[in-house]
Amino acid sequence: MAREAAHRERPDVAGGRLTSAEYAENFGDVHPLLARKAALVEANRCYFCHDAPCLEACPTGIDIPGFIKAIATENVDGAALKILDANIFGGACARVCPTEVLCEGVCVREAQEGRPIQIGALQRYATDHLFAKANGHPFARAPRTGKRVAVVGGGPAGLACAHRLAVLGHDAVVFEAKPRLGGLNEYGVAEYKVADHFARAEVEFILGIGGIQPFTNMALGRDISLAALRREFGAVFLGMGLAGVNALTCEGEELAGVHDAVQYIARLRQATDFAALPVGRRIVVIGGGNTAIDIAVQTKRLGAEDVTMVYRRGPEAMGATHHEQEFAQTNGVKIKHWARPRRLLGRDGHVREAEFEYTRLDAGRLVGTGEVFALAADMVFKAIGQVFVTDPLRENGKELLELVNGRIKVDAERKTSLKRVWAGGDCTGTGEDLTVRAVEDGKRAAHAIDRALRG
Amino acid sequence: MADLVANFVGIKSPNPFWLASAPPTDKAYNVVRAFKAGWGGVVWKTLGEAGPPIVNTTSRYGATTYRGQRVSGFTNIELITDRPLEVNLREIKEVKRDWPDRALVVSLMVPCEEESWKRILADVEETGADGVELNFGCPHGMSERGMGSAVGQVPDYVEMVTRWCKQATRMPVIVKLTPNVTNILGPARAAARGGADGVSLINTLNSIISVNLDEMAPEPIVDGKGTHGGYCGPAVKPIAMHMVAEIARDPECRKLAISGIGGIETWRDAAEYMALGAGTVQVCTAAMHFGFRIVEDMVDGLGRWMGEKSYARLGDFRGKAVANLTDWQFLNLNYQIVAAIDQSLCIKCGLCHIACEDTAHQAIAAKRVNGERRYEVIDQECVGCNLCLHVCPVENCITMKRVDDGGPPLDWTQHPNNPMRRAAE
Repeated sequence: MAREAAHRERPDVAGGRLTSAEYAENFGDVHPLLARKAALVEANRCYFCHDAPCLEACPTGIDIPGFIKAIATENVDGAALKILDANIFGGACARVCPTEVLCEGVCVREAQEGRPIQIGALQRYATDHLFAKANGHPFARAPRTGKRVAVVGGGPAGLACAHRLAVLGHDAVVFEAKPRLGGLNEYGVAEYKVADHFARAEVEFILGIGGIQPFTNMALGRDISLAALRREFGAVFLGMGLAGVNALTCEGEELAGVHDAVQYIARLRQATDFAALPVGRRIVVIGGGNTAIDIAVQTKRLGAEDVTMVYRRGPEAMGATHHEQEFAQTNGVKIKHWARPRRLLGRDGHVREAEFEYTRLDAGRLVGTGEVFALAADMVFKAIGQVFVTDPLRENGKELLELVNGRIKVDAERKTSLKRVWAGGDCTGTGEDLTVRAVEDGKRAAHAIDRALRG
Repeated sequence: MADLVANFVGIKSPNPFWLASAPPTDKAYNVVRAFKAGWGGVVWKTLGEAGPPIVNTTSRYGATTYRGQRVSGFTNIELITDRPLEVNLREIKEVKRDWPDRALVVSLMVPCEEESWKRILADVEETGADGVELNFGCPHGMSERGMGSAVGQVPDYVEMVTRWCKQATRMPVIVKLTPNVTNILGPARAAARGGADGVSLINTLNSIISVNLDEMAPEPIVDGKGTHGGYCGPAVKPIAMHMVAEIARDPECRKLAISGIGGIETWRDAAEYMALGAGTVQVCTAAMHFGFRIVEDMVDGLGRWMGEKSYARLGDFRGKAVANLTDWQFLNLNYQIVAAIDQSLCIKCGLCHIACEDTAHQAIAAKRVNGERRYEVIDQECVGCNLCLHVCPVENCITMKRVDDGGPPLDWTQHPNNPMRRAAE
């Protein structure tokens, strides 16, 4: 009791809660690479479907039965090239795709026996196999066109676009606001999903095609302008992602110890020493998406004692898949549904408690029940969604291009309302905010740009 | 519980599961372990003449891995026993003495001279063994020296040696046949003419099981080179069963008992061989893959199945499928079936469609109904070939339904398209 009382005196936020071996274990690969034998067994489970549902479910249209057949025949490089030809981020997607709601979710083996082919794991097996060889870049560039395209954003959408443009013979200049390329793979995804600096190795691999000139620490609206890019380049691709986060808009949001999950994860991903990251003993995470899961699990893995996620609706409404929710729970994260934040309470300027009100649906509308509860908290993370920041696309108070639902409006070819400007990834509203969708956007836009430049 | 006792050419064994003449039966140590595990009998690995022992290569086996399934086929280049004759004879005598209720048959292979056979038969008789099996089957090594399949491929030799043996011994004589012939009835009838009590088949098939693409040599590799081996294991079962059945339905072979060999791994395999006329079955590859304990389920499973079918003894179903084996010309051409897909079981893999579309009769349509895949049989295009049923990964999803009018049967001998047809009666 005395100890407990002491805790209440000061918030317990500290680094170095674990041994270095524990950090290494907690932030190492969450799903290790399949061994050769295991990959062969799994590949041979695949029925090699005609008109395969998995292929249709993949936003980048990877020939999944084809690459799995190639693994089964031990033509692993051939398998990797099939994947990368459709999706140059095949390595990252193998790690971060919510396969349970995409390819694996529709696998006929899932329908038959509830055990889909481990498509993600096989994809990683094939791509890692290729990456482990130092044979240079596997794709050749078409004869140079001399055309230059500006790509804003060095994440999956931008780099997928730049790579495909390079393949098609054009030169791409990539402007990235952050110090490193890679986007969310480098800054946003949980460490254990892309362990051992995989995102950096993948970026190196992609740039290996040649013809892509990256500039980092170059932000649109600060260091460059859309007008200038349109003047200087044959075409512009916008893939700058979501730079803003939603605010809680409740009392106490300004207290110390209240963090934006996205920023904290970015810091964690750039950390060279996990022990140096201060983490609370008791954590409250507000939100129900993948970012909420990622911050909850990663703080738990940094040594937090109690981590509670609070989401205002039921489990089926969460942005995180069922698989992700289960993963959080097996990591010791407690998930509370049907409650929304009322206020954050602090002492001496630091958060100590998060107060919630139970919710329910009333004729389809979310309402508070009036009943409240409080959770002790040394740290509170906001993970209630990211938003597209339109400022760089405004001039004299007017949007330069058309938006829809606060994001850039594009057509099927990812063309914006503005001449010679295409866009893709999270900054557009073409679908789910997924790496794999961003890659497809970039790829499609590259082909459309190619047609326009040659037109 | 059904009675599994087998009486094969007068040799009794508590069950019909024997180990074939092969490495698992090379010495007392293995055979005793097999008997402890429950095997009904063994055919002791082939003995040769007294004299300098056989020399074997190192690297002796190769195997087929089919889609991850190991040892779906197996090959060997091993010769007959490489232990001294007197050691084998002594051990055979001891084992038979200690295990009187089990079948102990001795496999033999000596040069094609009457004296050689007489000499070794006398030696074996002295051990108290239950019978002999003449190895006319080994396709590698020994055949280059005029033995094994070199004898088995010449019916006159088979008949001659069988006759010598029957004249020289009171023991039952089983002739082991090589499948490396164009018609198994040639050597089988020769064995019958020579007075054999039974035949056992098949011995192994000539084969090159794999080529090592790095060393550019057939496997198994002996110092850079390979030779053809004898193929066996689950992959050869259909070939072996056909040969067994051909003998079972041949009037000239009526008196021959048959010991079935080739890819037997389960009680079901054994039951199939016995339904085609085999009195016992012999196993090797499955034991070499999993050890002797596999016999437990063979005995248990066969007994349970016989119980379910109300077969009290092996004889109650032995040969029961032979009557239903006929020539193609006698099959009823009026019998018509078509495929039926149970949509509630279909998992939408599309394999039935693509198989039929690309390689058969374009009788399964690939549709989308409200975006959902749906595969439908086009009855009038379906020829009832069963291809879709076999490629479908879901049990009972595709079945064949009878669509003819149940009229009288019509076979090729009566068919109007047959210019040689018999006149209608």
